[in-house]
Amino acid sequence: MTFIFNLINGISLGSVYAIIALGYTMVYGIAKMLNFAHGDVIMIGAYVSYCATTYMGLNPLLSVVIAMVVCTALGIIIEGLAYKPLRKAPALAVLITAIGVSYFLQNSALLIWGSAPKNFSSIVSFDSISLAGGKLIITSESIVTVIACIVIMIALTLFIKKSKMGKAMRAVSEDKGAAELMGINVNLTISVTFAIGSALAAVAGVLLCSAYPILIPTTGSMPGIKAFTAAVFGGIGSIPGAMLGGILLGIIEIFGRAYISSELADAIVFAVLIVVLLVKPTGLLGKKINEKV
Amino acid sequence: MKNFKKVLAVAVAAVMMAACFASCNGEKQTGIRVGGIGPITGGAAIYGQAVKNAAEMAVEEINALDSDIKFDFKMEDDEHDAEKSVNAYNTLKDWGMQILMGTVTSGPCTAVSTETNADNIFTLTPSASSTDVIGGYKDEDGNTIERKDNVFQMCFSDPNQGTASAQYISEQKLATKVAVIYNNADNYSTGIYQKFDAEAKARNLEIVSVGTCTDETTDFKTQLNAAKQAGADLVFLPIYYTPASLILKQAKDIDYAPKFFGVDGMDGILTVENFDTSLAEGVMLLTPFSADAEDEKTQNFVKNYKEKYGDVPNQFAADAYDCMYALYELCKAQGITMDMTAEEINDKLCAQITADDFTFDGLTGTGMKWSESGEVSKAPMAVVIENGEYVGM
Amino acid sequence: MLKKYKNLSNYARTSISTYGIILLAFVILFPLQQAGALSYSFSGMLVPICAYIVMAISLNLTVGVLGELSLGHAGFMSIGAFSGAIAAVSLGNGTPDVLRLVLGVLIGGVLAGISGLLIGIPVLRLKGDYLAIVTLAFGEIIKNIVNCLYVGVDAAGLHFSMTDVASLHMTNGTVILKGPQGAVGIPKVASFLSGIILILITLFVVINLVHSRTGRAIKAIRNNQIAAESVGISITKYKMIAFITSAALAGMAGAMYAMNYSSIVAKKFDFNTSILILVFVVLGGMGKFFGTIVATTVLYMLPEIFREFGEYRMLIYAVVLIVVMLATNSSGAKMLKDKIVDFVKNLFARSKNKKVEAGGADSE
Repeated sequence: MTFIFNLINGISLGSVYAIIALGYTMVYGIAKMLNFAHGDVIMIGAYVSYCATTYMGLNPLLSVVIAMVVCTALGIIIEGLAYKPLRKAPALAVLITAIGVSYFLQNSALLIWGSAPKNFSSIVSFDSISLAGGKLIITSESIVTVIACIVIMIALTLFIKKSKMGKAMRAVSEDKGAAELMGINVNLTISVTFAIGSALAAVAGVLLCSAYPILIPTTGSMPGIKAFTAAVFGGIGSIPGAMLGGILLGIIEIFGRAYISSELADAIVFAVLIVVLLVKPTGLLGKKINEKV
Repeated sequence: MKNFKKVLAVAVAAVMMAACFASCNGEKQTGIRVGGIGPITGGAAIYGQAVKNAAEMAVEEINALDSDIKFDFKMEDDEHDAEKSVNAYNTLKDWGMQILMGTVTSGPCTAVSTETNADNIFTLTPSASSTDVIGGYKDEDGNTIERKDNVFQMCFSDPNQGTASAQYISEQKLATKVAVIYNNADNYSTGIYQKFDAEAKARNLEIVSVGTCTDETTDFKTQLNAAKQAGADLVFLPIYYTPASLILKQAKDIDYAPKFFGVDGMDGILTVENFDTSLAEGVMLLTPFSADAEDEKTQNFVKNYKEKYGDVPNQFAADAYDCMYALYELCKAQGITMDMTAEEINDKLCAQITADDFTFDGLTGTGMKWSESGEVSKAPMAVVIENGEYVGM
Repeated sequence: MLKKYKNLSNYARTSISTYGIILLAFVILFPLQQAGALSYSFSGMLVPICAYIVMAISLNLTVGVLGELSLGHAGFMSIGAFSGAIAAVSLGNGTPDVLRLVLGVLIGGVLAGISGLLIGIPVLRLKGDYLAIVTLAFGEIIKNIVNCLYVGVDAAGLHFSMTDVASLHMTNGTVILKGPQGAVGIPKVASFLSGIILILITLFVVINLVHSRTGRAIKAIRNNQIAAESVGISITKYKMIAFITSAALAGMAGAMYAMNYSSIVAKKFDFNTSILILVFVVLGGMGKFFGTIVATTVLYMLPEIFREFGEYRMLIYAVVLIVVMLATNSSGAKMLKDKIVDFVKNLFARSKNKKVEAGGADSE
């Protein structure tokens, strides 16, 4: 019974990682950049939703929409100001800029909302499900997160496979130069990618804070790194991979803590990651890299 | 073109160095210079900011008093990092600091207190509770590090809290089977847990489950479930209130309702904005300070603090406020003036603080005394949360 | 003079500029420090700056010369710092400070080098971002393990435990490392002089490595692994050489760093520190050691100089970081810079012409 309890717990933790990883992997897959500021956009999304519900008394679902709008705008601004001028610069320069943006967002949040933690009220209003006479409990937040994850995963996959913009994204991801020659507006495509990624970050922020309701300016950083790990685990750039990687990461973390060593839980997660990457060097569902000679 | 870049870079570096050469002692000294160090930015910012706010408030009040003792106070940021903390300390030394009120957190304070000890600058930390801060603490096997004899604490030291908690739980017969969840990446939490563990063993208090977490842990259901399975009727939480609030929520999520027992880090849980205080119903904690206390001093402090900064002050703020008033009393008793050297002040204050007849009444306790060891003796107060308020036990 | 400098080989130029700036800094700063003419704040930053310069140069070997992104360099610093601290404490107070420092730094370097070997074997099989994430993972694993490690020393020698102080089973010993509470009571034996010496050693090792046959092989691998392999360069061997050297130097820097503070904690050497050093390297320039030295110094001092901005300090630092990255890398900024340089050059050229004219007029 404890095993099932831990499994459920792992899946619910993993679903939070997965939903963050989806945004990471989307941006990486198309713009080919590690957006280390993603975790902080999540934090901003959660704060916006918090302000909308607590200070303005708005409906929680409406607050999610507001958070998505704000984060989308934020994503577009960040992309336009900080990343767009570096389109032709080396990848590392963009990475460092992303880190600068991450510091900027964290410290702005500290100045705007202060250092005192805020308790996020869950946006989910129905009750948890209790099984086996109360021994197994599935929280309502994790049900919503898992469902949201699946819906987003399917929607993203369909969008990228079927829509015209999605096709453009795939083309840009494959070869920027060639895409440009085919008349695709590469800059616009990447901006749209960021906009979508940031909107997803807002959803992820709200769900993260619904499940773990403490909101401080550094709320997004560790889940951000974990989600990045999850995205790599599943094969960075692959949307189903991000989902799979996130859930597996959550399960490994919980099982490691429960059955191996509570102290070394984080080390176990990373050790498993290393082993997986040694066996499958591009992650579980990642594309094989074809080397050009 | 390339050289242009190089020359520019070197020029920038040189200008910056030149800026650093000159000690920035421009301001006119208006009182005894007291420096403060703590995390104003970064993940631990809440503790440093509370200390900064309360200390600044206390200094304003003290300077308004009709007395010869006036303070100049300046607080520097250390981002909860030993290296930055030493940098902050050096910056304060350039400013002409004569007394250090800090640092706020234990790890950085251990490094800084070694410096203040070498430089003979009197140090009173509001909240760095590890024994490494003051040094000289012997464990059972006689292992020791040197005592830093000019460093004193306003808060309880970690071992004291661990021992006191175990004593309290066993004396009041609060539980027979105890579970612990502590942060094994944090020295405060680990320090308390280890002493709690030792004292619990000595008192035949059965610890049935021990769970750990780190600063980044957000999911505690595994640890809680282990405690539940082991049949623990009390969970001891020597951690700060931010993760504690997550634990309380998750315990409710998995339908586990033991008694929860916290230490001073738990104080502040009721002040978390938008927190559902019903989750904390019945939580017990040992704390030297409660913002709901009835006495006039506390009420005035809480009222003024709220007016000035908009938050309810936590235990860190109260400790810092006490620190400034304790320094005021110490300086007054020894007739300290602002033209004395830091070393002179240090000798006099060290003699005064350990003097037999020196006691201090503050927000976090009355009749506080300091021993040669640097630890404060004050009585911890056990409170229980009822209807969203602290009630004395 | 300038022309002569330009005509020198790349090796000679790198050597002159890097050794030169370090020696110059030393010649100016050391007497000032001894005379107490430096501010406490600046004086206190000298050793950490030296340690970070060594860290940045060694990381530049991995990132700039070998061309592999490492996000876990602080892990090696951690290993060096803790092993160096343990060595220095176990030697006891009777040992001369110089010996404690030298042995501490050497042991830190050797242990970090060994871990570099152990980590390098799996890591270097991977490529690109996957390699980066695995180095990040190793950095976190090291942090996590050190956080659980207890070390003490008594008459019987060193004691290790993964649980608590009591299980060290020591009698009248000294606890050196107490898990999350970190290492305390480390002798403060590092000095500016030793920091400068360590930088010079690092430069000597790295510059000579880069300009040797081995270094050329490493650069060949960076530029095109397949081509390098096809001309018979052993990929694994040369990658390992660069990675282990980098790790060992980082370990030495860590040991030096630890012996400048009486206490250190494992948390210090986390992902953020790795990133901080990476920022130094990227801003200083890939494979450019002179730039790395300057960038490290400037970026380390920035937050300290910004102290007067109070709580806005880190926000300003973030803005400066973004602006500098944009100014040095974006295409728009490059065009702008070219224009400014041209303008300044024209200005100089014009004033020179004028001077010549004026001079000519005078002599007549």
